[in-house]
Amino acid sequence: MPFRIIVLAKQVPDTRNVGKDAMKADGTVNRAALPAIFNPEDLHALELALRIKDQIKDAEIVIVSMGPGRAAEIIREAMYRGADRGVLVTDRKFAGSDTLATSYALSLAVKKLAPFNVLIAGRQAIDGDTAQVGPQTAEKLNIPQITYAEELVEVNSKQIIIKRRLERGIEVVKAPMPVAITVHSSAPVCRPRNAMLVMKFKHARTITELQEETKDYTELRLDRPYLNIEEWSVEDIQAETEKLGLSGSPTKVKKIENVVLQRKESKAYTADDKDIDLLMQELMASHVIG
Amino acid sequence: MNNVIVYCEITEEGHVAEVSQELLSKGRKLANDLGIKLEAVTIGHRLENIEKEILPYGTDIIHIADDKRLFPFTTLPHAAILLKLFEEIKPEIALFGATSIGRDLAPRVASAMRCGLTADCTSLEIGDHTEAKTNTTYKNLLYQIRPAFGGNIIATIINPDTRPQMATVREGVMKKELWPVVAVPEINRLDVSKYVNDEQFVIRIIERHIESQKINIKNAQVIVAGGYGVGSKENFDLLFDLADVLGAQVGASRAAVDAGYVEHERQIGQTGVTVRPKLYIACGISGAVQHRAGMDQASMIISINTDPNAPINQIADYTILGQVHEVVPRMIKYYRQNSK
Repeated sequence: MPFRIIVLAKQVPDTRNVGKDAMKADGTVNRAALPAIFNPEDLHALELALRIKDQIKDAEIVIVSMGPGRAAEIIREAMYRGADRGVLVTDRKFAGSDTLATSYALSLAVKKLAPFNVLIAGRQAIDGDTAQVGPQTAEKLNIPQITYAEELVEVNSKQIIIKRRLERGIEVVKAPMPVAITVHSSAPVCRPRNAMLVMKFKHARTITELQEETKDYTELRLDRPYLNIEEWSVEDIQAETEKLGLSGSPTKVKKIENVVLQRKESKAYTADDKDIDLLMQELMASHVIG
Repeated sequence: MNNVIVYCEITEEGHVAEVSQELLSKGRKLANDLGIKLEAVTIGHRLENIEKEILPYGTDIIHIADDKRLFPFTTLPHAAILLKLFEEIKPEIALFGATSIGRDLAPRVASAMRCGLTADCTSLEIGDHTEAKTNTTYKNLLYQIRPAFGGNIIATIINPDTRPQMATVREGVMKKELWPVVAVPEINRLDVSKYVNDEQFVIRIIERHIESQKINIKNAQVIVAGGYGVGSKENFDLLFDLADVLGAQVGASRAAVDAGYVEHERQIGQTGVTVRPKLYIACGISGAVQHRAGMDQASMIISINTDPNAPINQIADYTILGQVHEVVPRMIKYYRQNSK
């Protein structure tokens, strides 16, 4: 049985650059209005997968992403860095899913890829910071979980030893397989793109992307099946529609408030020595310091 | 039945975690608002007197699972105990600390129960909700309030249909408040063998190094905090110098921690520590809402920033327009020359 590693990755809006049209009226995120990036901790997750593969030579890394069509970009990015193949789980019916509905869909996609040895994801995504999808997907798959992985200590075909990063220290744990692992930002950064792999995978496309291409790559793809990024819909993963999207999400957004700061009276000073001396004098006189 | 329950985390030293006591205090208030009871559940080993650390917060019922295999924490046995217990007592609300344990455990439990969970709430309130489409009114829901989406919005999340309504909260966000001990508290020691099975102990801990908390910025009276605008690790040393002379602690924004300027224990904000100092000196911190959520209750705020329009300046009492590495040495110099 081949050793299979599944990496869950998310394309996230770059929350450092948020414009006015970032939210839709229903309170969900308008992803189209934002630059999209590979979720940072998912890159750490990919690196952990690659380190496992460094030790288990015939291991296969499958990258799975759930999102809109353009999330295929991060699947190609993962291929350029060493993933062997990719699956994009995409359907309008997923829109509005909270962490529970998302983990339900992801768990079905993972089941379709079974058997597998290790399921790896970043601890959390920067657009939500919930850290819930990893453990919830593990629960749906009924497999144990190791959260906050920082370092691969040892791996063989039967078990894995991982160092975890906790608030106040570390813990080394041993787990049987299959197991789910979420990776902490303190884990090693992902290796860069490999030029050979960029050449190999630069024409990797989903079926939807292919339809938009002007050139016909049909023959090329017959020779090279790894260029097909699989695209799975709700039907493909055999999901129950009512467990997806808004209807499958127990959490509802009641209200969204844009952050508006209450301006209060503040005293403005310059960096001039005299100004700073004045300020310090005032603070010391009022016993705020000293 | 249908009460508020708090998962009381056990620390390395065998005590109830601060964050759990803070949540008990909040849980007591929520229970009062709803006219229901406050329950606590604690899972670990050698918990003979643990109720003494839980009762002072007004807890009515304590469930204790004590077994040597239950400490240190592993996910599956703790989850199994909570799942069976929640099935028995059907809580209305379940609260967890947003710690490495709580954020590992709560999603697992929420998934198994198919109920809603909101991470890192900065406020919890009780309120009603009317569903516009169906015109159904839900009474007395838990409003789970948190910054979201890079801190550009504050979202109020509700779980109208699923129970328990679950939330995690960071340490220091809620205030620890004592409450009269209830007259006849109920202490329920669980028969652990009925709640867990051997298969749930598949993850083996083979090594642990947990340090006692060295950096404690939470209770500091004066905090000198730096952001990405500090510019470098070397410039951060200036902040430590200022903190030294003022007898202050050094804090940081997430951007500064991510940039590797200082250790994570110093992070202030929604995903870090919440502080309420007498004086907060924000150096090169722009003041995203997640950061402000962790410090806006400071009695006095000084902002040193090159950007006059930095959001932090709007909540600051004093703003200094300038470079951190120019201003801070000047402050140190003045203080050294003029303090007694």
